[in-house]
Amino acid sequence: MSEKVLLDYGSGGKASQRLIGELFLKNFDNPELRRMNDGAVLNVSGKIAVSTDTFTVDPIFFPGGDIGSLAVHGTVNDVAMMGAVPRYLTCGFLLEEGLPMDDLTRIVESMGAAARAAGVWIVTGDTKVVPKGAADKIFINTTGIGDVIVDPAPAGDRAAPGDAIIITGTLGDHGLAILSTRQGLAFETPVLSDCASLNHAIESLLRGLPDVHVLRDPTRGGLATTLNEIALASGVVCELVEDEIPVRPEVRGGCSLLGLDPLYLANEGKFLCILPEAQADAALKLLHANPLCTGAKRIGTVEAVDKPGAPGRVLLKTGLGGKRLLGMLEGEQLPRIC
Amino acid sequence: MSLDILDQFHDPGLCKSVLERLRATLDGHPLRFMEVCGTHTVAIFRSGLRSILPKEIVHLTGPGCPVCVTHESEVNAFLDLAENPKVILATFGDLMRVPGSKGRSLKIAQADGARVSVVYSPPDALKIAADNPDSMVVFLGVGFETTAPAVAATMHMAKAQGITNFRVLSFHKYVPPAVAALLADPETDIDGFILPGHASVITGVGPYLAAASSYGKSAAVAGFEPLDILQALLFLAERKRDGRPEVVNLYRRVVRDEGNAKARAMLEATFTTVDALWRGIGSIPGSGLEINDEFAAFDAKREFGITITECPPLPGCKCGDVLKGKLVPNMCPLFGKACTPAKPVGPCMVSTEGSCAAYFKYQVD
Repeated sequence: MSEKVLLDYGSGGKASQRLIGELFLKNFDNPELRRMNDGAVLNVSGKIAVSTDTFTVDPIFFPGGDIGSLAVHGTVNDVAMMGAVPRYLTCGFLLEEGLPMDDLTRIVESMGAAARAAGVWIVTGDTKVVPKGAADKIFINTTGIGDVIVDPAPAGDRAAPGDAIIITGTLGDHGLAILSTRQGLAFETPVLSDCASLNHAIESLLRGLPDVHVLRDPTRGGLATTLNEIALASGVVCELVEDEIPVRPEVRGGCSLLGLDPLYLANEGKFLCILPEAQADAALKLLHANPLCTGAKRIGTVEAVDKPGAPGRVLLKTGLGGKRLLGMLEGEQLPRIC
Repeated sequence: MSLDILDQFHDPGLCKSVLERLRATLDGHPLRFMEVCGTHTVAIFRSGLRSILPKEIVHLTGPGCPVCVTHESEVNAFLDLAENPKVILATFGDLMRVPGSKGRSLKIAQADGARVSVVYSPPDALKIAADNPDSMVVFLGVGFETTAPAVAATMHMAKAQGITNFRVLSFHKYVPPAVAALLADPETDIDGFILPGHASVITGVGPYLAAASSYGKSAAVAGFEPLDILQALLFLAERKRDGRPEVVNLYRRVVRDEGNAKARAMLEATFTTVDALWRGIGSIPGSGLEINDEFAAFDAKREFGITITECPPLPGCKCGDVLKGKLVPNMCPLFGKACTPAKPVGPCMVSTEGSCAAYFKYQVD
């Protein structure tokens, strides 16, 4: 194959075939993909969860991961949050003409490794190459499906007064890793993305405690945005205790330098678990047994809204004993002037 | 400074003891204090301090968010400039959503094809200039004396490196004249000031001494941790009780009384002070920093013939009264209705450090 991705690779001709055979099949190999059909035929039964996401992260390589592993983890996690065991992924590549083949190879290898670790098959896919400038290096879409293993499945509108709110580890790592790489900033202690597939942790949690009310991974918009979505959908107040919310000192320091709030930064390897208070300790025990969730902590409680029908919201009890709103951001966080 | 030492400045026990002393100082009469700086505004809300302050303490937010005081005419000028196809506008992120008179913003201009680059520091703009030799890179100089020295240093770098496609659109403002204007305004009712911790690094306390000597008001330069702010409030309350107005520097771990002479020399070598328009306040003598003749080659105002004139304020917007401490943000008829962070009417709702945005974002009731 050539050193760079050429328009030919998306033509459907011999060049496309070479790319599929030498790169995709080699790294994603599984019996269904090997059949090389236009699509995949899958064995599924019962309730199926499905989720799709498109990955456009810049930079495509970042400390702790790359766009390929992220495309697997992101969709695997979205399927898992539905109370499902993810089984199959599809993937669509949008490549910019001129992308170094070495970069594409690294990304595809990393996707293959991530899929194997998560125990999912990439069963069908598509590749398009667009002229230089029509896209930025590489975009990847993945769609995943999985078997729903609990009924009722966890959902954003099921948080109930009295529930405990648990987060599985430190917040803001992924967002700060991306932003600092983008800005060429180096911190004394390097900040790594937490991107990881959480399906195994979720499966063991749900097999042990099927009555989990809400599972959600606080990706874009971070913990604050995700909890606001849950509070609005469930019509409840989520009350957090600031001192209990885990943030690495280096992330806190980097955020303070850049004028950012870690509670609004993206995470790619953490999830929120909201479940009845009585099961909180058992949930923490199950989570702590998974290497990705050893930092799991109870960070708050779900309360009823002040007046019936009032919109849900998120409150933060600060270290000083004060109380404030933890609202939703209007758009992305922007670096401030002074 | 180690993080351990900083931790003490938000230690709940220490804060509580200062809060008790503050409570003991108050006699039931309101103490109206204003923090000049937007970073203090956010710190007071974010730490939850506002929700535990004694009822007598009336908290006013001042004109110390550089985005908030950027005049409508200045906003319109940079929005017009963004539409120039030859220009790449380099800016700090805060300015992206600031609405101009016609409801436009840099975010909207960018979607329409304007070339706008968000940078984290002024020298980043020089790199953009080097990478785009056929374009004119204009750095949007909005900020106080905290920011202006770095922008000045960037012009010195550009001169030394012979970079010819870099300009600065200087709307920099100088804080002490604005505080002086508030003190001189007979309509304002403020008992004491928390002076900006960052800007004072440059100026020192000297320019603020007249608050006590000429106007009988106390003022304290303070840091941004809850304990810093509580100590400043305690100082203001004690001085008011004793009738002994004084201006002090309580942020000695960062601010020197005499300020930073090198940074001031950098400002003097690059800018001249002029009268400037502040949103909602109007013209304040000697409060603007204009690029001097020596650096005329880097002056975007001269390059593009930009002049700033007074224009009518946005209809219904009370940001001016908010910035002068005459109106609490949520008492503005537009607050939370016509004016929200999603659709800001005035600039105090746009910037993360704007007083209206802070109320909207953090205030529980």
